[in-house]
Amino acid sequence: MHNEHTDQHFQLRIDTEGHIEPRDYMPEGYRKHLIRQISQHAHSEVIGMQPEGNWITRAPSLRAKQILLAKIQDEGGHGLYLYSAAETLGISREEMIEQLHSGKAKYSNIFNYPALNWADIGAIGWLVDGAAIVNQVSLQRTSYGPYSRAMVRICKEESFHQRQGYEIMAKMMNGTKEQKEMAQDAMNRWWWPALMMFGPHDKDSPHTGDAVKWKIKRESNDTLRQKFIDKTVQQAELIGLKIPDNDIKWNEKTEHYDHGEIDWNEFHRVIKGNGPCNKQRMDHHIKYHNEGAWVREAAAAYKTKKLKKEELVIG
Amino acid sequence: METKNELYKYCLRLGDDALILGHRLSELCSKAPFLEEDLALTNISLDMIGRAQAFLKYASELSDNFITEDDIAYRRPENEYYNHLITEQPNGDFAHTIVRQFFVSVFEYHFFEALTKSKDKSLAAIASKTVKEVKYHMEHATDWVVRLGDGTEESHRRMQIAIEDLWMYTGEFFEMDYVDDILLSAGIAVDKSLIKEKWMKEIIKPLEEATLILPAYTHMQTGSKKGIHTECLGHILSEMQYLQRAYPDAKW
Amino acid sequence: MKTTNDTQFDLWEVFIQSKPGLPHIHAGNVHASDAKMALQNARDTYTRRGEGTSIWVVPSANIRASNPDDHEMLFDPSNEKMFRHPTFYTMPEGAKNI
Repeated sequence: MHNEHTDQHFQLRIDTEGHIEPRDYMPEGYRKHLIRQISQHAHSEVIGMQPEGNWITRAPSLRAKQILLAKIQDEGGHGLYLYSAAETLGISREEMIEQLHSGKAKYSNIFNYPALNWADIGAIGWLVDGAAIVNQVSLQRTSYGPYSRAMVRICKEESFHQRQGYEIMAKMMNGTKEQKEMAQDAMNRWWWPALMMFGPHDKDSPHTGDAVKWKIKRESNDTLRQKFIDKTVQQAELIGLKIPDNDIKWNEKTEHYDHGEIDWNEFHRVIKGNGPCNKQRMDHHIKYHNEGAWVREAAAAYKTKKLKKEELVIG
Repeated sequence: METKNELYKYCLRLGDDALILGHRLSELCSKAPFLEEDLALTNISLDMIGRAQAFLKYASELSDNFITEDDIAYRRPENEYYNHLITEQPNGDFAHTIVRQFFVSVFEYHFFEALTKSKDKSLAAIASKTVKEVKYHMEHATDWVVRLGDGTEESHRRMQIAIEDLWMYTGEFFEMDYVDDILLSAGIAVDKSLIKEKWMKEIIKPLEEATLILPAYTHMQTGSKKGIHTECLGHILSEMQYLQRAYPDAKW
Repeated sequence: MKTTNDTQFDLWEVFIQSKPGLPHIHAGNVHASDAKMALQNARDTYTRRGEGTSIWVVPSANIRASNPDDHEMLFDPSNEKMFRHPTFYTMPEGAKNI
């Protein structure tokens, strides 16, 4: 199968904005890159349920409780869509979960930070989802059909996530002294990790080359990060939140905000597993996955029994 | 309205059932045996918290908006909560979660079906919406009862333990007190004595199919109608009401 | 080698009809151990925003797909048959309701 002719044909299709579908020819590198990226994306959605889940039982009103629950449920759903997209590439969900547990597969660093006060729920929705959306909107045009379709559905559903987060922040900035302090505290803790979500600077990003050529990735880390900063600064100012970066200022020449340098040591430390919650997040997932094993086994056993019974009836 | 006080209390009972069990299910978010089931349990939880909001809002209206539904949910002490004891029981393993949901949902299905005929228009309206939701909860739980009861040896064993543990809280479903009696004679409340037989019939069938049996004991726990609970509720409320109580002047 | 019977169940394809009268359209996948569970999981996953009035689920293993390599053989010939399209025909000036 593998020859230059098919590779050329494949690249031609990509270059003319064609989509690649599961049964189409694709270079092994493309498949591998997609599996890595989509499964990491799926794991991020699923692990991302945990920090917000930390506040479901303490949500301060019936409305807030329902919104938060619905939002976290969406994240689970999005994980599911993405696992399914990855499965079209010949990897099973079981294998992906195994890779997550063994540490072979990663998930977004951002979820290794703790959600410490109620305003963190606002900050996660506004900043973390806000950053994710910038990336995901761009991924709607990704070249792999199932991934692109999953992203379209996800973007549609996520449109309320960022708004609900910003609403919480605005409400708290309009509230008591303690509420304002909570909001600023959350802002201080989430701002930098949110910027890190876009990954290393373009000059230091190891995967970008192929991913751009194959149109899996449509815009560079720095471009996306800048988009996020540009739209978020005004939103922060509007409700009286201070961006925890003294170097943030509008640059007339570039027509973008300049910002201070990101602490890449922290980024790499958290990726290597030494963030505040890495172990906790993984332990949680492993614990409940293992605790659910008897349920999955029972359902599978029940199905087998039932099939046997049906066979007996049919004779 | 002469029955206003009773109706208020009736709303609290119905709202509290939904709120407390909805809360319990919400604790399970990200902890289900697999992803699809996580979404399913969250859907049930969302239905229940939405229902709680409807009943507590109606209670708020009955108080002439003296207090909001959030005040009712977040500022009320434990002994003024009237949810059935079964709804506050811990999630335990998945067998406990399912058996609890199974007992409750089968009861609720028949209860709300009857409540749709209430002379109180607001109660009847909430009941009509609820009965559709609960029918699904009942089906979901019933299917799992059969799968797990008739699955593996281990799942059967766990289900049997869950039934033993939770059976003692099912007697409360059918208790009637002065609130029920007064509202029943006004054509507003449901006669729960009529539901017991249907409930029993409906739970026995899947249990038999699942090769599960009901416990030998007959003693039933009681107390929620008077605001006397198991030790579980205090912990639920101290968590749920934390922000509202720690920052009483804040609006959320 | 697996030592237990633990699985993530079978994969199913989900088709949702958004309104009566419209076709069922592929929405995505779910995992489920049986058809009933697949329907429930599809409902809980793909109709959370009132997107559906009817659901079909099909085990993914039962889907037969055309081979992309046969694309030209299967689909190019029909591109030629313009006479299947109404715009192919010339109608006399002034003809109505046709």
